[in-house]
Amino acid sequence: MLSKTAAMRDAYGDALLELGATNRDVVVIGADTTGSLKSGVFATKFPERFFNVGIAEQNLVSIAAGMALAGKVAFAGTYAIFVPGKSVDQIRNNIAYPDLNVKLVCSHGGISVGPDGASHQQVEDIAIMRAIPKMKVIVPADAVSTKAVAKAIASIPGPFYVRLTRSSTPVVYESGFEYRYGKANIVRDGSDVALIACGIMVPEALKAAESLKSKGVSASVVDLHTIKPVDSDAIARVAQSCGRVVTAEEHNIIGGMGSAVAEVLGEVRPTPMKRVGVMDTFGESGEAGELLKKYGLTAANIEQAALGLKPQ
Amino acid sequence: METAQEIGRLKELARGTRKLILESLAEAGSGHPGGSLSAVELLVTLYFHVMHHDPKNPKWEDRDRFFLSKGHAAPLLYSILAQAGYFPAEELMTLRKMGARLQGHPSMGVPGVEAPAGSEGIGLSLGVGTSLAAKLDGRAFRTYVLMGDGEQQEGQVWEAAMSASKFRLDNLTAIIDRNGIQQDGLTEQIMPLEPLAAKWRSFNWNVIEVDGYDFSQIMDGFDLATSTRNRPTVVIAHTVKGKGISFMEWSPHYHGTAPTKDRLSDVLSELEK
Repeated sequence: MLSKTAAMRDAYGDALLELGATNRDVVVIGADTTGSLKSGVFATKFPERFFNVGIAEQNLVSIAAGMALAGKVAFAGTYAIFVPGKSVDQIRNNIAYPDLNVKLVCSHGGISVGPDGASHQQVEDIAIMRAIPKMKVIVPADAVSTKAVAKAIASIPGPFYVRLTRSSTPVVYESGFEYRYGKANIVRDGSDVALIACGIMVPEALKAAESLKSKGVSASVVDLHTIKPVDSDAIARVAQSCGRVVTAEEHNIIGGMGSAVAEVLGEVRPTPMKRVGVMDTFGESGEAGELLKKYGLTAANIEQAALGLKPQ
Repeated sequence: METAQEIGRLKELARGTRKLILESLAEAGSGHPGGSLSAVELLVTLYFHVMHHDPKNPKWEDRDRFFLSKGHAAPLLYSILAQAGYFPAEELMTLRKMGARLQGHPSMGVPGVEAPAGSEGIGLSLGVGTSLAAKLDGRAFRTYVLMGDGEQQEGQVWEAAMSASKFRLDNLTAIIDRNGIQQDGLTEQIMPLEPLAAKWRSFNWNVIEVDGYDFSQIMDGFDLATSTRNRPTVVIAHTVKGKGISFMEWSPHYHGTAPTKDRLSDVLSELEK
């Protein structure tokens, strides 16, 4: 398990190709990062349905809204630092408020962006997007689920934000993945602690679970890919069966997936929990692995958090 | 003669529109009269002379699209839509009230309103989107976007301008309500826009300047926009903030101050002159 790696961006490009062939209403809009996001393959196959607006992220978002108003299923995206980073008003007022069929799929989320440094390391996007009414937020765990998610959201009406990772990441779902909207995926069953993760922290949580097993701790691992709408039932269920919860995300601990879990538990099932994430700070240049280690986003950090929690 | 009759009809509609704007704002007790009154003739010409649309079938696929980018002129759009028959004129008296469809700035759910508005600078991009979709689908509908002049200070306007000329959107017409006044004062003092026409020309747009109260100039402008190929057109309409009500004209104060109810009959009497 986790021995293979694959790029979420390649998977997204594949999904767009398949969508383009089956749904004539699918259009793709990019902002000078289309090669990087692998939407260029869609451009080659369906040039008339591909639009590059240049380095203009606000225009990108609002044009996508206009196309959705005219009946299109608009996939728009760039790097997460720019969408939502530079275009929150457009996302809110042009897409979310009128509940339009725009799918914002953005790469380079989190600090694993690496050497580009803090200016390009988006660690606030989940918080920002989660707070916008009507917006749905998905952070896939690997390339396989990325493809499934991209294909699935094309036929679910309304606005979505999907956050992808820059580098190739371990394949969690070698045996396939069926996306169920709003339903968390229990990747591993356990009884002592629930590790709830999203994105590249899912494979880290799996590694942590394996290590905890050798210490006699049985860990459940939940891939909370869909952070909004959040699967409150699944969260409450694993909290009940395990009695301890650790969340892990490549995002500021304020406002992200861990906060979403804390909101659920605080209201429906208060449970001892610990959030693993970026500790309300900016990143820096470095290789992805070095950064994840320095900023406390590894299997070891998850394990440590789990061991530090007293059972209820 | 036919034209004179048509202009007479449009003038009457403009007078009715101003009356509805002022009545609905006085009833609401807040809102933006200045930039609603300034653009009346532009919208009257669009909705009652130029655009193909069907108030009985607001979602008709081939309708021309209109986006109000200067969303604070909601009372203008609502008054036009009511007169066109999208909803009863009595509903205008619910403007800005709890539970009403007629929100302070346009929102979805009002027949005839194409998109929410209120945040300046983002409407032209919507028009780029619908114009691209029309070209892609081989549909003949046109898209019109009304912007304020102060709105030209928003950077996204120019992102949209660049993209519309890149994509040769000759099915897109932007209109600028050039009344010279924004919330804090004169546009040329707050953040100068001139030379505005030259700016748009340099973005490869077809630029037409009209007197915003001369119906034949406005009609000719839209005709020219429709017949122009391979590039978008912007109609810069020279207008007067608060047009038609003497104490509101040229007044930054009446950008965002509604007429009071006790003054309404005096105000409306000006329209009878």
